Amino acid sequence: MSSDAPDRSDAADGDAAADPGDATDPGDLGAAEAVAATDGAEDEPEANDSAVEEAAKHVPSGSPSGTPPLRVEGLVKRFGGVTAVDGASFEVESGSLTGLIGPNGAGKSTTFNCITGVHEPTAGKVYFEGEDVTGLKPYQIARKGMVRTFQIARELGEMTVLENLMLAPQGQLGESAIRAVTPGLRGAVVEEETELRERAWETLEFFEIDHLAHEHAGNLSGGQRKLLEMARALMTDPEMVLLDEPLAGVNPTLEEKLLDRIHDLRADGYTFLLVEHDMDIIMENCERVIVMHQGSVLAEGTGDEIRNDERVIEAYLGEDL
Amino acid sequence: MSDADASGGSASGPPANGPQAPESATAALVEAARESDLGLVVGTLLVIYAAATLLTFSDGLNSVVGLLETLTFLGLVYALTALALNLQWGYTGLFNIGVAGFMAVGVYTMGMVVRSPDPAFGPPGLGLPLPVGIVAGMGMAALLGAVAALPALRLKADYLAIVTLGLSEIIRLSLQSSTFDNFLRDTIGAGTGGGRGMGMPDNPVRDLFLVDGQAGTPTALGDLVFGVFGNDGLGISHPILIGWGYIAVLAAFLVAFYLILERLGRSPFGRTMKAIREDELVANSLGKDVNLVKIKVFVIGCALMGLAGILWFGSQGNVSPTPQFRPLLTFYVFIAVIIGGSGSNTGSVLGGIVFAAALFEGPRRVGGVVRGLIDAETPPSFADALVSLDPVTFLAYATDNIAPLQFVFLGIVLVFIIHRRPEGILGDRIETAAAVDLSERPNGGESDE
Repeated sequence: MSSDAPDRSDAADGDAAADPGDATDPGDLGAAEAVAATDGAEDEPEANDSAVEEAAKHVPSGSPSGTPPLRVEGLVKRFGGVTAVDGASFEVESGSLTGLIGPNGAGKSTTFNCITGVHEPTAGKVYFEGEDVTGLKPYQIARKGMVRTFQIARELGEMTVLENLMLAPQGQLGESAIRAVTPGLRGAVVEEETELRERAWETLEFFEIDHLAHEHAGNLSGGQRKLLEMARALMTDPEMVLLDEPLAGVNPTLEEKLLDRIHDLRADGYTFLLVEHDMDIIMENCERVIVMHQGSVLAEGTGDEIRNDERVIEAYLGEDL
Repeated sequence: MSDADASGGSASGPPANGPQAPESATAALVEAARESDLGLVVGTLLVIYAAATLLTFSDGLNSVVGLLETLTFLGLVYALTALALNLQWGYTGLFNIGVAGFMAVGVYTMGMVVRSPDPAFGPPGLGLPLPVGIVAGMGMAALLGAVAALPALRLKADYLAIVTLGLSEIIRLSLQSSTFDNFLRDTIGAGTGGGRGMGMPDNPVRDLFLVDGQAGTPTALGDLVFGVFGNDGLGISHPILIGWGYIAVLAAFLVAFYLILERLGRSPFGRTMKAIREDELVANSLGKDVNLVKIKVFVIGCALMGLAGILWFGSQGNVSPTPQFRPLLTFYVFIAVIIGGSGSNTGSVLGGIVFAAALFEGPRRVGGVVRGLIDAETPPSFADALVSLDPVTFLAYATDNIAPLQFVFLGIVLVFIIHRRPEGILGDRIETAAAVDLSERPNGGESDE
C-alpha cells in the first residue's frame, strides 16, 4: 500500500466529515470495473488484487466439498398464534452470494433470527457445514463461523470504531479475566492485541473507513454504520456471513461500494446470504435467489428463472420485475 | 532547565510540553496535573486539605490533622467501593444496587471467621488468622455475587436493580435476626450477634504502633512516630497517628484495586464488558458468551465490594447491621460513581474522594464551624425560624440541622450533575478498552486522523 498511501490520506483529510463515498480514488474505480467484468464468470479469482485486498484475503478452512455450508430444513417459527415461518427449506452453496427476497412479512428476518440463534425455531432443523446447529445460542453459532449483521445497524455507540472491530475476533486470549490481569500472562495478551490492531486497521482500510477509527461509533452516519457492521462481522473470521438488508438507507454511491466489497470478499471464498428488499439489487448481484412468501420458500433459482416465475410475479403483484 | 524563566521557579512540576504554551506557572502545573490521573487525584486531595485546614486551623494542629485523617479515610473507602461498583455498573451496565449487602457479607464473614471462639462478650467466632478471614469474606461476597448474577442473566436493568436491592435487604435483616444468629452458633459455632452487632478483630496496623494494641506500650516504630509527631513532638494525638498508618494501608489497597481494574478494562475482557453494556445481542452475535462474562463481572465486583467492606467497617471497632448497611450506603456509592463519571476508574477514585469530602463530611463540618461563629439562639422549629424573618436566626437553625439539609443538598447536586454533566466531573473521557495503545497506527506515521 506504499504507493497508495498518500492518496488515501489526502482524500480522507479533504472531506473528513463528508461521506466516505466521495473519497474514492482511481485504484478503487479500477477494482470496481474488474468486479463488474468478472461478474458473470463465477469462479474466476480476481487477477489485480490490491495490496489492501491481499491483506484482507481470507482462506476458508474449507468445508468438506459437497456439503453446503448452510442447509435449512422445514423451519417453522410461531409467535403465539402467528406463524412467521412455515416450513421453509433451502440450501446455500459454498462460496456463493445468495439472495433471500420476499414481500414484507414473508418471514425473512425471522428465518435469519432462527438460523443465527436469536430465536429458537418451533420446528425444523438448521445445519451449518453438515452440523446440526438448531437451537444453539447466538454466540455458539458465531463461534462455528456463521456471523450476521443487523437490519438496523447495531453499532456499539460508546466504543470507538477501532474498538468495535477489535471486539469481534474469536477466542482472544485476553477474554479471560485472569490472563488480562496477571502480570506474567498479560504479555501474550498484549502481543495478540498488537496483531489484532493491525488486522483491524487493514479491515478499516479495506472498507475505507480508516479515517473514522477513533470516532465513537455512535457519531457515524447511517451508511458508515453499515460499513462498520460488515467490517466487524468480517473480523470474526467467519466462513459465512448473513447480511440483513445491508443496503437499507444507504446512498447510491455507498451502496455501490458496499456491493463491491461483498463481491471482492466472495471472490476470496466467503459465502454470503443476503436479505434485501430491493429486487433489482438481488437480481443484478446474486447468482442464486431464494424467494420467500408467507413463511415458506416460494421459488429458488437464478435471477432469470425467478424473474420469469409466475408465482413470484403473483406474490409481488404490482411490482415490475 | 532552559525554560526556567517561564515556570517562575516552581520547578516541582514537570515542564509542560502541551500543544499550547501555558500562560503562567500555575496554569502549567494545572495542565500537567490534568494530563496525569495521579496528578488529578493528588491535586484534588490537596485542594480538599487546604479547605479543611482553612476551616479548622484556629483549633490547633491536632484538629486539623484529625479532620484531614477523617476526610482521607472516608475518601479512600468510598473510592474503593466506587471502583468495585464501576466495574459492574460503569463498565458492564449491571445495575447492582445491593452494594451495602455485599459489603456486609464481606465484613461479617471476616468477623465470624477471625473472632475468638470464646470471647469476653459478643458472639463466638472460629478463631482463624486474619488473612484467612479476609479471604473468606471476599469468597463469601463473591459466592453471593454469583447467586445474584443468576437473575441478572434474565433480567433487564430495572428488574435486576430490584432483585439486588431485595437481596441486600435480605442480607441486612438476616444479620439482624437473632434466630439466624442462634442458628449459625448451633451449626458452625460462630454467630453474627444479631441486632447488637459484633466487635471487630484488632486492627493489625494498631499492633504496628502499640504492643498488643495497648495504649501506653509503644513499639519501636510507635516510639519513633509518637516521638516526632505525637505528644512528645508536634502534639498530635496517638489515635490520629495510628489512623494515618491505616490510611497508608488503604492507599495501597486503592492502588491495587485501581491497577487490577484498569488492566481488566484495558483488555479484550474489558471490550466485551463494554459491548454488553452497549448492546447485549451484538456481543452475543459476535461469539461472546454474555452470560459467563456477566457472572464473572458479578463475582469479581462483589469480591472487591466484600474486601472494601472489610477495609472500611472492619476498622471501625464494631459493626451492626442496621445503621451501617442500610441501602442508603449503596446510594452514596452510586453518587460517588456518578460524580466521577461512570465507566472511568480514575473518575471513580476522584468521585469517591470528592463525595466524601465535599458532600458527605464537608457540609457537617462547615455547618458546625458556621454555627460556632453565630451568636444567636437556635429557634425550636422551622416555623419559628421562618417567622423571625431574621437571616441570622435562620442560619442558626439551618446550621444546627445540617444533617437533614445535607440530603436536600445531595439531591440538588445529583440532579444538577445528571442534567448538566451526565458524563461526570472529568468530562467525556475515552477509556480505551484494549491492551495496546489504539491511537498509534502500525505501518506508517499516519497516527493523527
